Amino acid sequence: MADAVHIPDEAETRARWGAFAWTAENAEQAKKVIARYPAGRQQSAVMPLLDLAQRQVGAETQTQGWLPVPVMEYIADQLDMPYMRVYEVATFYTMYNLAPVGRYHVQVCGTTPCMLRGSDDVFSACKNKGLVKGGTTPDGLFTLTEVECLGACANAPMVQINDDNFEDLTYDSMSAILDDLAAGKQPKIGPQIERQTSCPEGGPTSLKEMVAENHDYRGQWNEGARA
Amino acid sequence: MSDVIAPLSDKDRIFTNVYGFQDWGIDAAMKRGDWDNTKALLELGQDSIIEKVKASGLRGRGGAGFPTGMKWSFMPKESKDGRPSFLVINADESEPGSCKDREIIRHDPHKLIEGALVAGFAMRARAAYIYIRGEFIYEAKVLFAAVEQAYEKGFLGKNACGSGYDFDVFVHRGAGAYICGEETAQIESLEGKKGQPRLKPPFPAGAGLYGCPTTVNNVESIAVAPTILRRSPEWFASIGREGNKGTKLFQISGHVNRPCVVEESMGISFKELIDRHCGGIRGGWDNLLAVIPGGSSVPLVPAKEIMDAPMDFDGLKALGSGLGTAAVIVMDKSTDIVRAISRLSYFYKHESCGQCTPCREGTGWMWRVMERLRTGDAEQSEIDMLFEVTKQVEGHTICALGDAAAWPIQGLIRHFRPEIERRINERGAPVMEAAE
Repeated sequence: MADAVHIPDEAETRARWGAFAWTAENAEQAKKVIARYPAGRQQSAVMPLLDLAQRQVGAETQTQGWLPVPVMEYIADQLDMPYMRVYEVATFYTMYNLAPVGRYHVQVCGTTPCMLRGSDDVFSACKNKGLVKGGTTPDGLFTLTEVECLGACANAPMVQINDDNFEDLTYDSMSAILDDLAAGKQPKIGPQIERQTSCPEGGPTSLKEMVAENHDYRGQWNEGARA
Repeated sequence: MSDVIAPLSDKDRIFTNVYGFQDWGIDAAMKRGDWDNTKALLELGQDSIIEKVKASGLRGRGGAGFPTGMKWSFMPKESKDGRPSFLVINADESEPGSCKDREIIRHDPHKLIEGALVAGFAMRARAAYIYIRGEFIYEAKVLFAAVEQAYEKGFLGKNACGSGYDFDVFVHRGAGAYICGEETAQIESLEGKKGQPRLKPPFPAGAGLYGCPTTVNNVESIAVAPTILRRSPEWFASIGREGNKGTKLFQISGHVNRPCVVEESMGISFKELIDRHCGGIRGGWDNLLAVIPGGSSVPLVPAKEIMDAPMDFDGLKALGSGLGTAAVIVMDKSTDIVRAISRLSYFYKHESCGQCTPCREGTGWMWRVMERLRTGDAEQSEIDMLFEVTKQVEGHTICALGDAAAWPIQGLIRHFRPEIERRINERGAPVMEAAE
């Protein structure tokens, strides 16, 4: 696999992360997660725990986190699973980072619906700010990844940065978002044009009563049989 | 095919808060009609609920269009060996073009949660697991909170809604794998493994999650169930055409003036859908090139064939395509159509789980040839060779991802072969001159 990430040196990783353990808060959360699954089926918790661990690593390193081998071993122990089974899961799903990423993980969707609406411009905005696909900027601020469809196609093109979506992007709005983040400011989340979520731009073509009030349509259910 | 389907009126829309103008929380949702005497729905009884869902003509909204009521009826009526049954709700919305489950979950989550109880009860399940794709981070937060609200009101848990039935709903987040939208891969993933599809049989209704009887349903199929029961199956069946009943969330992306998600009648014509809700095609109707009407897995349809087509399962099947998830990807004449399809080939290469050789090797192979066709750096004979390879992938894998990778390419070759040939000829010409 030519595009596989370079997994960091194991000796260094062990020295830094060998003593990984949950914070008190995350230990509680881990217990809650495991309780969602039937007794003896605790392996089901491996995905949420990997996510939790990645977030804890992120919090400790001021980044979006990743999964060092000792951290995966820690989870394997807790769930009574062979390490290899945890490693399989961590390498199968794209949201687990196998190498460190920056403070902002810029995940630009490049799949066809976004491509049709101008994801090329979003990538050029990234490029002109010094972001390189698959890499982290030298200041450790931005990691750029091209991702596959993130399920916001009616608001294409879009980017997910950390936990937030930015939608209906142009070259200019993407550049502004990156500038804001670099300056420590929080850009507006969601559509970057005047638009309510996935409603047509300019206002709804249906359900107009809902704009102003929490309308209850049940009173009209029996009005006039359908044509 | 001649019957014209009337556009949906607001009073017949199920997802009234689809744009999130109002609060998603339980109190606001109850004012809109959710959780309204759910106990009475459960008192209809398990078999009666299933019969009503069958009578409504509801077909699964996740793409395959299998009758939902019939799927529920495959679940065992009693457990002979003590194994519980499970409902798994597929919110792993990852099909390029699809963005409807996201709107249901972040703006109308209680429709889904109430549906989970009603459907879970009908199929005699002990609990529902909602498998939501990992990238829906905000949506998952809303869903966790909404489930919490339903427990606080006593709508879930022991004696749910005062019905005497115990039912739990759990949320499980994925972590970025398209293949987990396939039902058996989703079950594997829920069990804490790589999401690689299982061979069938055994079917999930016999041995699914943890080896127990399981039904996997799409978010939209589950979320419409309470409204169907409240308003009557006849109401739902009065919308749409024979065999293609009800309302549907359409998700229109690409080259329309105003892309959006909107609930409409099944069988509405393509032109009506776009004119009514999307402000027409960018640059006018003469500028339309082709449409992928049901998400990336279905073949594209050229402009003149789609214009008056009814947007439903059978109407699009008749055009050699499909309704899929009703994710309508519109392409105007500025589109590099070969690149658009090639990018989908890359998607399938990226998302192949690697289990079956024809798909693991084939998706990469098809993408590489597509890239050469895109630039014209190929021989004419390779078009037929590519078509032949798609036929060798299609139908030779455990799940349908291989088929899904093959069909867009077949659609391209079927409808745009002259364009591919033109690229090869134009690129080939100067090379031949140089050789002389």
